[in-house]
Amino acid sequence: MYVAVKGGEAAIDATHGLIAQERRGDPATPELQTRQIREQMKLAIARVMNEGSLYDEDLAALALKQSQGDSVEAAFLMRAYRTTLPRFGSSRPVDTGAMAIRRRISATFKDLPGGQVLGPTYDYTHRLFDFALEEGGAQAPLQMAQEPLAATMPRVPDILGDEGLLEAEEAPAGDPSPADITRDPAEFPADRDVRLQMLSRGDEGFLLGLAYSVQRGFGGNHPFAGEIRMGEVSVLYTPEELGFEIDIGDITLTECQMINQFKGSQEAPPQFTRGYGFAFGHSERKAMSMAIVDRALKGRDLGEGAEFPAQQEEFVLYHCDMIEASGFVEHLKLPHYVDFQGELELVRKIRQEQAERKQRVAAEQAP
Amino acid sequence: MTEAQTISGADPHYNYGYLDEQTKRMVRRALLKAVAIPGYQVPFGSREMPLARGWGTGGIQITAALVGPADCLKVIDQGADDTTNAVSIRNFFARVTGGRTTQKTAEATIIQTRHRIPEKPLRADQILVYQVPQPEPLRKLEPSEVETRNMHAWEEYGLMQVRLYEDIARFGHVATTYAYPVMVNERYIASPTPIPKFDNPKMDMMPALQLFGAGREKRVYAIPPFTRVRSLDFEDHPFTVQSWDKPCEICGSRLSYLDEVIVDDHGARIFVCSDTDYCEDRRADAASLGEGA
Repeated sequence: MYVAVKGGEAAIDATHGLIAQERRGDPATPELQTRQIREQMKLAIARVMNEGSLYDEDLAALALKQSQGDSVEAAFLMRAYRTTLPRFGSSRPVDTGAMAIRRRISATFKDLPGGQVLGPTYDYTHRLFDFALEEGGAQAPLQMAQEPLAATMPRVPDILGDEGLLEAEEAPAGDPSPADITRDPAEFPADRDVRLQMLSRGDEGFLLGLAYSVQRGFGGNHPFAGEIRMGEVSVLYTPEELGFEIDIGDITLTECQMINQFKGSQEAPPQFTRGYGFAFGHSERKAMSMAIVDRALKGRDLGEGAEFPAQQEEFVLYHCDMIEASGFVEHLKLPHYVDFQGELELVRKIRQEQAERKQRVAAEQAP
Repeated sequence: MTEAQTISGADPHYNYGYLDEQTKRMVRRALLKAVAIPGYQVPFGSREMPLARGWGTGGIQITAALVGPADCLKVIDQGADDTTNAVSIRNFFARVTGGRTTQKTAEATIIQTRHRIPEKPLRADQILVYQVPQPEPLRKLEPSEVETRNMHAWEEYGLMQVRLYEDIARFGHVATTYAYPVMVNERYIASPTPIPKFDNPKMDMMPALQLFGAGREKRVYAIPPFTRVRSLDFEDHPFTVQSWDKPCEICGSRLSYLDEVIVDDHGARIFVCSDTDYCEDRRADAASLGEGA
């Protein structure tokens, strides 16, 4: 007699053991320390913090170790942990104008107050393997700058002047508290605070592809990198029981301001419009992509239409979250045999009816 | 901030039921609204859960918001208690509540389900929690959320009737075998979730409260006890459910939903009950009858 398949419980236990063994790899090699990941895999850490929506380098390192370096799985661990954390308040908005700059470049001005600061970047490396790293390469000596960086480093959009050439960005009337997409579901059409929050935790690859599509003409208007800056900012917080502001630490941020031409409309004269990108850690590709997509999604307010994917708000914002996307795509691994049974039955029935109809017609036509 | 509740057996690192009390209250408020407007999709602040989106996070949040020490939880997937994801969710709740779980439909106070309604009729003291992948029954007809919310608000359901009509015109049948749309309380079209249409009639006037959670889409909806639930159809093409020529190979039932199982390399197949508890019960009954004789 047929006996139904059993044993899901035992199989789950066994697979947990197996994945732990896979993660460890060859026990003859030393085990990876989370401290090593945190210090030597900084860009991976930044991505996990961004998409995991939680600034914690130690947890991001643990997440990467636990997930064998799978950044989506690691970001998922971060999200599942952050959801359990109590919310005890909101910091003041961080002031990126007061950032301790490590890198700051503008593609729109040759020189500007504070100057161009190249900082650490792979941009001008040749992508040739440094085989010395395999054996723990010697570090090239650092060169000290001849003079310290300027104390103030104004943001490029802030110095473009009052000519009205650049779209003004002002807080909405009454300067309300921003929405919080982790507490309240996004509603569409989405306001910009919601949009920026969703983009900032969106998948870097997805946003990069969309930004690229805009540049290639699927929603084209040419962006200029007005400014990209990276460095440390202080996080200021006023605990209710203290009643005064305290500095609770520094975080590393990347900010990108894209500038795009806008031809103007019957009411509005031509001017430059802006797209904004913001990310934890050193995450330029993410911040730039986000800024381009933010600008594309401004199309609604500028009366540009929404012909192309990057301009379609629900398309972009619903689908940029890789935690949600990967969960839903991968849920196809779950059994669907009840639904499939329904489909099997229907297809068989329709095929049978068709065959019978053909036979009937053939029989009627036969002499 | 709330104090963590712990009871014996529950993982002390997390609040009872995993979610914090504020979040549970938020979910319960959304559920109350859902019960007050049967079939209406209520947006809620869906949280990230330690299980993946699309793997039941909406149902899990509802269960987490409702479950208490007096409850007894049953979790099924495809009708079965021992499918891997059902096991995983049941273990999750056993860990974060330390509470009772069961595989018996009759013993459960809360039944979380994916893709089936148990064969055994549910009672008024039970709650059926559905995991919902796509709460919007109109989504395949209209991709925009802004548009579909308007369609519900104006009760503009002509598009859905046209789709069903086109199926009949092309195939002679409504070519939807699961997630077959229902009209709830003669007001809102709702998705019964991907249960087979075989289960749709069970939703109508069900004594148990039916709650639906879509975690990724951040919506909950509800069908209160004893609410009219009508599967959409036409007078000349009435709604029908699946039937099988053969009975369950194991228990002989001719009344339950059957899964097809391939048993050899030549595609020979048999049919067995999808609801494992129902099937086991029937076998146990048959065995005890045999002993008595």
